[in-house]
Amino acid sequence: MTENLPALLVVVPLLCAFVIYGCSWLHKKSCLPLAIIGLGTPLFISIVLLKEVLNNGHISYHLGGWDPPWGIAYELDPLNTLVLVAVAAIAFLNLIATGTEIEANFYDRKGAFYALYLLFVVGLLGIVATGDLFNLYVLLEIASITGYSLIAMGDPARAPLSSLNYVIMGTMGACFYLLGIGYIYIMTGSLNMADVRALLQPLYHSSAIVIGFIFCMTGVMIKMGFFPLHFWLPNAYTYAPSPAASLIAPLMTKVMAYVMIRLMLSVFSSKFVYSSISAGTAIVWLASFDIVIGAIMALSQRDLRRMLSYIIISEIGYIVGGAWLGNITAMSGAILHIINDTLMTFCVYLAVGAISKQAGRVHLNSVSGLFKRMPFTMAVFVAGGLSIVGVPPTCGFFSKWYLISGAIKAGNYGFIGALILSSLINVALFFRIIETAFFEDSNSSTTPGNHTVAITEARIATLVPLLMGAAGLIAMGLFSGIIIRHVIQPGLIGIF
Amino acid sequence: MTMEFQSSIRPLFALLASLCAVPLIIISPKPNIREAISFLSAGVKFTIIASMLPEILMGKQLFFTIIDVIPGAPLQLRVDAFGLLFALVASFLWILTTAYSIGYMRGLNEHAQTRYFCFFALALFATIGVAFSANLLTLYLFYELLSLATYPLVTHHQDPEARTSGRKYLTYILGTSIGLVLPAMIYVYNVTGNLDFTAIGIIAKKVSPPVVAILLSLFIFGFAKAAIMPLHAWLPAAMVAPTPVSALLHAVAVVKVGVFSIARVLLYTFGVKSLAQLNLATPIGFVASFTIITASLIALSQDELKRRLAFSTISQLSYIVLGVSLLSPRGITGGLIHIAMHAFGKITLFFCAGAIFLVTGKKHISEMAGIGHRMPVTMMAFFVGALSVIGLPPCGGFVSKWYMALGSLESHKIIFLVVLLTSSLLNAMYFLPIVYQAFFVEGESVKGHAITRKEAPLWCLFPIVITALASIILFFFPDIFLRLAELALPL
Repeated sequence: MTENLPALLVVVPLLCAFVIYGCSWLHKKSCLPLAIIGLGTPLFISIVLLKEVLNNGHISYHLGGWDPPWGIAYELDPLNTLVLVAVAAIAFLNLIATGTEIEANFYDRKGAFYALYLLFVVGLLGIVATGDLFNLYVLLEIASITGYSLIAMGDPARAPLSSLNYVIMGTMGACFYLLGIGYIYIMTGSLNMADVRALLQPLYHSSAIVIGFIFCMTGVMIKMGFFPLHFWLPNAYTYAPSPAASLIAPLMTKVMAYVMIRLMLSVFSSKFVYSSISAGTAIVWLASFDIVIGAIMALSQRDLRRMLSYIIISEIGYIVGGAWLGNITAMSGAILHIINDTLMTFCVYLAVGAISKQAGRVHLNSVSGLFKRMPFTMAVFVAGGLSIVGVPPTCGFFSKWYLISGAIKAGNYGFIGALILSSLINVALFFRIIETAFFEDSNSSTTPGNHTVAITEARIATLVPLLMGAAGLIAMGLFSGIIIRHVIQPGLIGIF
Repeated sequence: MTMEFQSSIRPLFALLASLCAVPLIIISPKPNIREAISFLSAGVKFTIIASMLPEILMGKQLFFTIIDVIPGAPLQLRVDAFGLLFALVASFLWILTTAYSIGYMRGLNEHAQTRYFCFFALALFATIGVAFSANLLTLYLFYELLSLATYPLVTHHQDPEARTSGRKYLTYILGTSIGLVLPAMIYVYNVTGNLDFTAIGIIAKKVSPPVVAILLSLFIFGFAKAAIMPLHAWLPAAMVAPTPVSALLHAVAVVKVGVFSIARVLLYTFGVKSLAQLNLATPIGFVASFTIITASLIALSQDELKRRLAFSTISQLSYIVLGVSLLSPRGITGGLIHIAMHAFGKITLFFCAGAIFLVTGKKHISEMAGIGHRMPVTMMAFFVGALSVIGLPPCGGFVSKWYMALGSLESHKIIFLVVLLTSSLLNAMYFLPIVYQAFFVEGESVKGHAITRKEAPLWCLFPIVITALASIILFFFPDIFLRLAELALPL
């Protein structure tokens, strides 16, 4: 049983997704409990696996007993198991928090919604766990297609178009990635990551491999909304239904950032990435632009969710920049930031979701008076905001610390400037909202035609995951030393 | 002297005493219980801090590691003489301010008092955290927490004026700490591999002189809570806060955290020796002197009492920086004990300003003619506080200025002696007319009528009398603070 856990991680939610869809015709009430089981199990499994990997080291699981390089292998090391825990935990908490909203808003379509939700998570878990390049593509498409559908279920006026935009860009991204693997497959004849890595060693100067690498990276960067390939992202995340937004926004881009690092370190090597192709400096500069432009664009938004989606674009720049600076400190910071950013984006999106359930679309003005009406939700929102700004002891501070340290080591002062500048812009960004919520009275600012509904604190099922998220922000901050030392750096020491 | 280190959990308890009060204050059902909790936690906090005094006076240092966050820079508390000096002052004055707050907030029937007491406790948690930080990272953490915890206090009235001031407050304080201190700190960490405060400093010989100068200015201006010009404008703006906040936070806790951080970094990160070798302390002295004189001149022209006090504070804070930058034993001693001496004097003045507002509703000095007849106790206390800030005997402020004057002679920098004397003269010029007016000029409204005496409620009056008396006592018995300051000397 225990040795099959890596497979069950993906199989359980996959089966649950189909069962739920069937159940939605027969017995609508059992959908939510089934979904909770379908996501609780992978969370439990991933925690068990993390413990296992930390104690006994790397786990390699061969699906169906077929040995690699022909069969598909799931490779679990401390790093990706940690990402698995993060993905499973966020998906589970988000389901608990938004379950009642899904029940209320998607009555007819809730079977479809839950099934897509679970399949999306299956895709992400698989992407993180797999050790096979083509399997990664398949799972990437599962996650993407379910993501497009979930987004399209939002605001009927705007969501379908936003989703279509995302479909076009996302498909292009996937095609680039597929093309990239095509090149690699032609040159090496293998798709298993470890195998490809060994076969690539003598081929680093082959232009086909360089092109393949560039295609893979371009594909992944489109999927994670990296400047200047980010145009699909703000609309998609703004008009998505809020339970889907607080699932997709924290997870999708971060998992793709993980894939980028996976490709750089496990398929290619630091020697190839940082020495053979001299793209590092250019990409770090691009990341610096991404960070600053994302922050400035966020500042110019008046819709809260749209603002947050530009912050995601800015945060992705942190990770890309950190990954391409080319030293262990910066890479540790980038990896830590994947986890931290997942958590803090989740907190702010979920808080905005809780607000939007009562106040409709969350315009900057509609947060007025909220400190009085929803003190706990706002407290979590502030905590998430402070983490994005990078105030200790929240986790955002520590990833920023490693990123800046890494940039100092690499002598890249432009990147440091971008990080500091974006922190300052984020202060302005969040305190603008905090000011509105603190100083303005909700009665004075209701626009005509907007019914004043008594806004009260979110229900307890939403509040508990919110508060857990906020507690997680501080816990991740305080334990970041342990995570860096025991989870992240052991995997990097041999590489740099 | 050999320094003895001892692990102890008391520093942590000293911090938690006020942090634990926060949830209790939130859930307390009645105002009386809420305020009792505030008192209790203030008392407990002071007791714990005072209990460490004997060990520190014996030359020991207490430390406690909370968690290892970054290699070489753990979250760690350490109580040394300098930290204890500041913590004693801040925690003692918190007890009095709690009493004063009760009288003031109830007297004015202020809204959101639970929030007020809650964030006050949080602010004190952060203040003591700064005082007990063992390294720069821990200090930065508590420094930022303090900035955020005081925001709801500064903007307590929730009106447009509070909003503008709050924005200014955050822009200056957070903008500089993130924009200047954070990169400087990470740079220091990358050069030295740790951020500990040690008596010889950590960056000697590891950084080239121009970089030291850059780092130094990043730290000096980055800790904008010290209100060194040109980064002082937040302090007069922050006077929009309720007076107890101005009194404890903007005369003692927040602003002193600023100068405390600067002194910490100058003495324990850079180190006296390397600053002296590079001759970098003199420019700092000039920056501080500029602030001292300019702020005093501006104070002369302020009619709103709290604003005049704010500019006086800006000027007095730079005394401390100037004292430290003299780099001579007496100069540093004078600078360090000025933290205590100015605290007692200035908090008295703020308490008085609040009491006057509470009783008469007046904020402007021009309206305060004859007020001494109505509120003789308050105005006598004001006189004592003013004397202490000017630096005249028999008040504590004299002691610290005396040491600084000796320090400037000791280090052969006569120019700073001139600055100190000029500023004292200016201080007298902006404080004594208020006292004169209060006692010897008859106010319009009281002409021809029998003057009714009406003092502030006892909750307010009692702290005023205590801090005024303490200012006098500190002139005769400054020994504890002097001893602590001498122990703190990193020479």
